[in-house]
Amino acid sequence: MKILVLGGGPGGLYSASLIKKTHPDWDIGLLERNPHDATYGWGVVFSDRTLSSFREADYPSYRDITSKFVVWDTIEVRYRGETIRCGGNVFAGISRKVLLMLLQERCRELGVKLKFLTEVRDVAELKGYDLVIAADGVNSTVRRTWADEFRPSIAMGNSRFTWLGTHKVFDAFTFSFRRNEHGLFQAHIYPNDGLASTFIVQCDPETWRRAGLDRASEAETVAYCERVFAEDLNGEPLLANKSDWLAFPTVSNRSWRHENLVLLGDAAHTADFTVGSGTKMAMEDAIALANAFERYGENVDAALNDYELERRPAVEGIQRAAAESNRYFETTTRYESFEPMQFVYYLLTRSGRISYDELRRRDSSFVDAMDRWFYAATSGTQAPNLRMIAPPPMLAPLHLRDVTLHNRVVAPVATAYAARDGVPDESYTAELRDLTQSGAALVMTDILAIAPEARITSGCSGLYRPEHAAMWSRLIKLVHDHHARIGARLGHAGRRGATRPRGEGLDIPLREDGWPLLAASPIPFIPDGPTPKEMDRADMERVRDQYVRAAQMANEAGFDLLELYFAHGYLVAGFLSPLTNHRRDSYGGSLENRMRYALEILDAVRGVWPESKPLCVALSATDWVKGGSQPEDAVAIVRAMKERGVALFDVLAGQTTLDSQPLYGPYFLTSFSDQIRNEARVATLTSGDLTSTDEVNNIVAAGRADLCVMEPPRLNAHYRMIGLASNGR
Amino acid sequence: MRVGIGLPSGVPGAGGRAIVDWARRADEGPFTSLAVIDRYVYDSYDSLTSLAAAAAVTKRVRLATTIVVGPLRNTATLAKTAATVDALSGGRLVLGLAVGAREDDYRAAGVDYRHRGRILTEQLASLRNLWESGAIGPRPVRRGGPEILVGGLSDQAYLRAARYADGYVHGGGPPRAFGRSADRARAAWRDAGRPGLPQLWGQGYFALGDDAAERGAAYLKEYYAFTGPFAEKIAAGLLATTQSVIQYIRGYEEAGCGELVLLPTIAEPSQLDRLAEVCSSL
Repeated sequence: MKILVLGGGPGGLYSASLIKKTHPDWDIGLLERNPHDATYGWGVVFSDRTLSSFREADYPSYRDITSKFVVWDTIEVRYRGETIRCGGNVFAGISRKVLLMLLQERCRELGVKLKFLTEVRDVAELKGYDLVIAADGVNSTVRRTWADEFRPSIAMGNSRFTWLGTHKVFDAFTFSFRRNEHGLFQAHIYPNDGLASTFIVQCDPETWRRAGLDRASEAETVAYCERVFAEDLNGEPLLANKSDWLAFPTVSNRSWRHENLVLLGDAAHTADFTVGSGTKMAMEDAIALANAFERYGENVDAALNDYELERRPAVEGIQRAAAESNRYFETTTRYESFEPMQFVYYLLTRSGRISYDELRRRDSSFVDAMDRWFYAATSGTQAPNLRMIAPPPMLAPLHLRDVTLHNRVVAPVATAYAARDGVPDESYTAELRDLTQSGAALVMTDILAIAPEARITSGCSGLYRPEHAAMWSRLIKLVHDHHARIGARLGHAGRRGATRPRGEGLDIPLREDGWPLLAASPIPFIPDGPTPKEMDRADMERVRDQYVRAAQMANEAGFDLLELYFAHGYLVAGFLSPLTNHRRDSYGGSLENRMRYALEILDAVRGVWPESKPLCVALSATDWVKGGSQPEDAVAIVRAMKERGVALFDVLAGQTTLDSQPLYGPYFLTSFSDQIRNEARVATLTSGDLTSTDEVNNIVAAGRADLCVMEPPRLNAHYRMIGLASNGR
Repeated sequence: MRVGIGLPSGVPGAGGRAIVDWARRADEGPFTSLAVIDRYVYDSYDSLTSLAAAAAVTKRVRLATTIVVGPLRNTATLAKTAATVDALSGGRLVLGLAVGAREDDYRAAGVDYRHRGRILTEQLASLRNLWESGAIGPRPVRRGGPEILVGGLSDQAYLRAARYADGYVHGGGPPRAFGRSADRARAAWRDAGRPGLPQLWGQGYFALGDDAAERGAAYLKEYYAFTGPFAEKIAAGLLATTQSVIQYIRGYEEAGCGELVLLPTIAEPSQLDRLAEVCSSL
């Protein structure tokens, strides 16, 4: 076998040495266009897990590399004049130059032919090899030459960053946040060795321009950053090394291989620098590739298949985490109102890879301190009274107006649809009783129709007849007897009304016994479904008054909280979205017009719902459709509603139209809650199949939401046996 | 969790008699369902027609498609055939539907592969209507017609399951992969406001006995050759020992699976007997 490796970075060198080790008789050459001792960038970082994979792959190079390492286990965050440290995050750093020297040495030892200051200028030079490993970096020539085969896509990050260094030695992975007259600057600092540290500076493009850094020379950049981070540098200068300002390119490819060509490292994939995984991924690629050739020998096709299948899921996992991390650093200003403890908690858990329980495993005293801070901050208890222990964030109280919820968990009624004329059957009482015993502080009803023709299905509960109020009083007493609180969800189905109970499916029109529908515009929800009547002024006033009357009944019945369900394409949501509101009057067109009717209802309800009880609004943060409402629209709506006295927002998404393209990954609704809560500075309720206390603690601690709908855990046979699930649903 | 077995209708060379005998024996237990997979351009039996044959010689097991590629058939044909199997079996049909992944099947059926998602959505939206209205008989045994499952790995697949179906059927793989899909199927279900939880079905391939591992793997590599590199992975996941079958069953149970179907890769009755033995011991 004759193999050519393009690129003398860590991935190229490591793959050449590992393959040569298992196949000493193979002819392996490596070309690098730079001199053997040139390197750009400062240090690289590996986690302890990556190190053990190096150990397994090649012990001699592992031993050499680790002898040059500095190892630390602390992350330090400097923010608003405070310094907070969290331990248990084992990392090892090494200067990139030292790493390259060691890998070059290993290649020579094993007989890889290294040629520096050599570049492939014509792809015809690649002929005659059985395998070409393109480890030629983020601007890979091979990838660009065969773009139709690899089908690359490159997404540019929004923020700007530059790689600097300093001889000041930091003893931890340090994040420093400094705000000046131009904006917010972030530094990512980590030790390379005992002599120097890598110092990456990042900011958003507006701040970058305001600071004049778009026109700055390297020396000016250095001088500017030295001023911004003077407190961190303590008089030590910053050093430059080809330190241009960059936007980060995230590279991905539909295929990593074409015939006998294979992409490796940055040529195949990159992940935002804020997760520091570039070198790690390249070297792990090298290990997988070498393993594949160990297994398949000269069967290049099978080996390359194996390599890509092995590496792609791992790489995509890192790219997802990197995308979350990138999103955090590009929207950090959203969290600048956070107290330092919460700010740091969010930063540490930003990528979604570390949860509350995982962080506790790494540094229990940090999480204990966070628990104490959180409990003191939210309960009003003086911190000194909590010198030792406090409940986890999920069990901290939440005050909404004069109502106190004794924890952060919400349990909604989920198995409804058995009501007749708005009166639920006996199973409803049984479910409510179960929910009050679930431990959740707040129980929510299903959507209660404000009129018979406001019902979604023929089996929906209602709040429109005097006997409804009496029945709810009895049910509410049951909840209060168990020291839980209960909220009423009020809704009008709009164009999604007159459907069958949802046991049979969603939005299936009633065959008979249907009723006429109302909507912002006369557009059926499903093709061939009933067309709603476009609401005129009289309809709008009548529905508004129905909301008011239902709110009065809800108050008199004793509900603790009222939620107006303006989400999911129902009547009021239909006004909010441009997809379903085609009106030409003052209720259609601009966002201001589209939200007018919602605000009218809100004002009218506010007039009868007592100040002492919280009013909540449920909204779809996005339509999940091109041309539909976006989260930015939702933030604007929330700001207007906050001014009108809404205390809590239930953040949902989609269901505006049938074309909705939802994404059901972990925390799929919580990212919207996060944006709305922290941009509009309001309290939020999130949901989306959260099933563990770990998730709830994590969301609440990070300030992504204030309350969570927690689903009953899956009833696994083991827990059933020991009786833990006896109160579950 | 219940455990079902596949009918060897997708294994080349299985004789007609062998298929019917297999169905009869599966009905004797311990299996709760008898499942078929679907492929046009291949030496395999038609999925729903095979179930019709199975209906005639079984009394107990549920007859499931895991899955049938809906868009390959026009909706009226699909509704008619499914209603027929349902009636012949006394309401034992569970109709799993998905878009599949084989362009050659679409070409053979004269259906545009690019429209597969839209076609399946339209089929799901109209099947119940066709059955309920009595427009296309026979009358379904259960009100609303047979239970429907949706398969697939896209978010649209989870959404279709939540919107139109009674549950979700996963395409196979390690329990963790099933668990990830099951989480999304449940998330979509709850987000849609459907009461309760979706039915969750899983599947896997088995080959038990001497030299069965090689023969089973060879079949899978050939059957899935169109996926390129993934055929190797699928073949590597073949359950070829008692231990791996038991672990797979336990893993799926813990991941929340309601019914796991184990599909044969060799069309010999001893395969059914060996699996029955493993399952009886659990």
